[in-house]
Amino acid sequence: MKKTVIQFNNFTFKYDSQKEPTIRNIDLSIYEGEKVLIAGPSGSGKSTLGHCLNGLIPFSFKGDITGSLTINNQETSKLNIFSLSKMVGTVLQDPDGQFIGLSVGEDVAFALENDEVPRDDMHRKVIDVSKLVMMEDKLTSSVHELSGGQRQRVALGGVIVEKVDILLFDEPLANLDPATGQHAIKLIDDLHKALNCTIVIIEHRLEDVLDQHMDRVIVMDRGRIVSDSNPNELLASTLLNESYIREPLYVTALKYANCELNPSMELEHIQKLNIDSCKASLHQWYEDSTFKKEQPNKTPILEVQNITFAYEGKEPTLKDIFFTIQQGEMISIVGKNGAGKSTLSKLICGFEKGHQGKIIFDKRDITYDTIRERAEKIGMVMQNPNHMISKHMIFDEVALGLVMRGVPEKEIKERVEAVLQICGLYPYRNWPISALSFGQKKRVTIASILVLNPEIIILDEPTAGQDFYHYTQIMEFLVELNNQGKTIIMVTHDMHLMLEYTPRSLVLLDGELLADDTSVNILSDKEIVEAANLKQTSLFELARRACIPNPTEFVARFISYDKEVRNIGYRDAGIH
Amino acid sequence: MATEMLAYIDRKSFIHELSGATKLIIFIMWSTIAMLTYDTRILLFLFLFSLVVFWISKIKIREVGFVLLFILAFLLLNNVAIYIFSPQEGVKIYGTSHLLFEFFGRYNLTAEQLFYQLNITLKYFAVIPAALLFIVTTHPSEFAASLNKIGVNYKIAYSVSLALRYIPDIQRDFRTIAQAQQARGIDLSSKEKLGKRLKNASSIVMPLILSSLDRIDTISNAMELRAFGKKKKRTWYNEQSFKRTDYITIILGLFILVGSLIITFYDGSRFYNPFV
Repeated sequence: MKKTVIQFNNFTFKYDSQKEPTIRNIDLSIYEGEKVLIAGPSGSGKSTLGHCLNGLIPFSFKGDITGSLTINNQETSKLNIFSLSKMVGTVLQDPDGQFIGLSVGEDVAFALENDEVPRDDMHRKVIDVSKLVMMEDKLTSSVHELSGGQRQRVALGGVIVEKVDILLFDEPLANLDPATGQHAIKLIDDLHKALNCTIVIIEHRLEDVLDQHMDRVIVMDRGRIVSDSNPNELLASTLLNESYIREPLYVTALKYANCELNPSMELEHIQKLNIDSCKASLHQWYEDSTFKKEQPNKTPILEVQNITFAYEGKEPTLKDIFFTIQQGEMISIVGKNGAGKSTLSKLICGFEKGHQGKIIFDKRDITYDTIRERAEKIGMVMQNPNHMISKHMIFDEVALGLVMRGVPEKEIKERVEAVLQICGLYPYRNWPISALSFGQKKRVTIASILVLNPEIIILDEPTAGQDFYHYTQIMEFLVELNNQGKTIIMVTHDMHLMLEYTPRSLVLLDGELLADDTSVNILSDKEIVEAANLKQTSLFELARRACIPNPTEFVARFISYDKEVRNIGYRDAGIH
Repeated sequence: MATEMLAYIDRKSFIHELSGATKLIIFIMWSTIAMLTYDTRILLFLFLFSLVVFWISKIKIREVGFVLLFILAFLLLNNVAIYIFSPQEGVKIYGTSHLLFEFFGRYNLTAEQLFYQLNITLKYFAVIPAALLFIVTTHPSEFAASLNKIGVNYKIAYSVSLALRYIPDIQRDFRTIAQAQQARGIDLSSKEKLGKRLKNASSIVMPLILSSLDRIDTISNAMELRAFGKKKKRTWYNEQSFKRTDYITIILGLFILVGSLIITFYDGSRFYNPFV
């Protein structure tokens, strides 16, 4: 029997600010050297569970605890946050926010500084650790020079510089592009082997985490543990759909093809999967399904012609970008962090000025229009809703743009209420915004743009930080807007989104347009996928391993089939 | 970026290589002299000396231009206010009255008042370069270490340096928010009336405060999780140990401090009086 390092016994926690407990009756043992994933939708209590482990609960976030939690056989409520931090090292979700030191070396050293380690000793340790996380050449670099993945590696270095027994990762994949996320998961796996520690990962992106082997997956829903099993057992069950966690796409495909799933098939990874028993059904499904190619509308609404742009005194961020977007399209812009995606959308909205080349909207050159003039036609929804919200009440926030334009009060009321209806926010119209969840705030910001009635809406990472349920809600909402004729452009890292919702994608690489093609083709093209830090869909690999003659076509058929199934599913569930 | 003010400016210079603590000590001595003395000769000397130091540091005036303008505007305001509230202060101090220009009653302009206000202005001029230099030539990560070294509690020292370090981030947030709000029709340009503009600016301040609070929340959790505040003291990764140049600089500073104070108080008055 292995030694227990984490032991929850009938553990319940209620935040002071909440009426109901956020997690209740948790019984959970985690053993030395295990690698455990805690999955669950937003609000399931998985982050709260993590806070209990690292001591933010109860030492920073106050509340009532009943039951017990012991780490290394010590009751945590009797310790303090510092002695806990010696045992549990935490890598927080946001790699920017947790960067404390200004340079890499300083940040890695932070915990050592607080422990009064002498300088020479400290410098030596920092060098050792930075080798482990492959940042030894960057010790003097400042945070702004690093990519998202590098920042995360630094954060990790800062945690393992002290010898901890347990490493806790809070949503390590949020904010990372797909390929970087893959590397992060691999690095965690390598460290697990090298340091021999216990690893707990909190994340809802199941397929991406399972890229490396996990010993156990714990699923939480509404504050309780609903499943505690190994990945193979979990994937063979139907539990994931019930708790709004997205199962890996290849598993979904196997289910659509009516394959008999059981834990012994090694479902946890597409490469390990025993596919032989499924081949016949997959082929059958492939033959039976079709892919309806939609005839794209051919009225150009936005033409970007030879745009080149550089920030003052810097290398060009965008080089000779040329593309056309048709009226009523839904399109993704993808690429690594820093490839120029955000800059491109800012140029289209007129936030940044001074580019070469032309931007044409509906056959009219708008290159010299001001931000405000462009805002009548092109609306931009920022990634962080907190960057947009400036009023206390939902109604006022949505009305703001109209008030500023001097629209008569009666018309404002009508238009705002209509938009709130569309966005599903009408019942909350007199609520303070602070009472809303992140996803709802996001919808408020979409509403505040929508009310100005733009032809094109650009969204920066519309689904970042959203679980599968809210992801589906936001995306279905955007589809609805799209059906009403709005053109929708999304900047995203989410390969699922790109594949499922946007037939066409633009891929940027180092400021150049690398590809402009259907999303299915792009995600099946190994060269593009690798160059732009994307991730090939597991469906493609499934089709290849099942010896289906045209894997790309298989992916396309899956997407259109899936859309139908889920549309029906949502209508049935009365969610939509 | 031009929008980042009061941020560290990286150069290779003698001033940059001094330890942060040395610069801080010199800065404190410098301000002490400038605060205590009204002796024009000393103030002039301080001013000229700091110009030389500024030149040595290889920092360009234009790189701190915005802040400089800001301070100068305040200086002007200060001067006007002094004249409005106390137009005969110079006469009181120097004991004579040389009339230069007649307005009416107590607002008659005297050479003494001009000289007095010149001294006030010189005080500013003596300190400004030193203050700016300390901020822009001390690497932010060394900043806290140097405050701590001269006895400031490390928690306070670290908060100060964190605050400084977030200035560029908050400026970036400000830009993003301003862009988003302008797109919704909130006009911040001079086309709008001042009252309305102020009101409009509030729609940027509110999201800025909220997003800054978010930032503070995350960073304070991150710091606590890595045992910040656990012990009474801490060590510093980026601390520079004192070199010979540091000692020499501090001794030189001490000489200037003592010398200035002796000259200032030698005749029993803080003022240098050219009128008798």
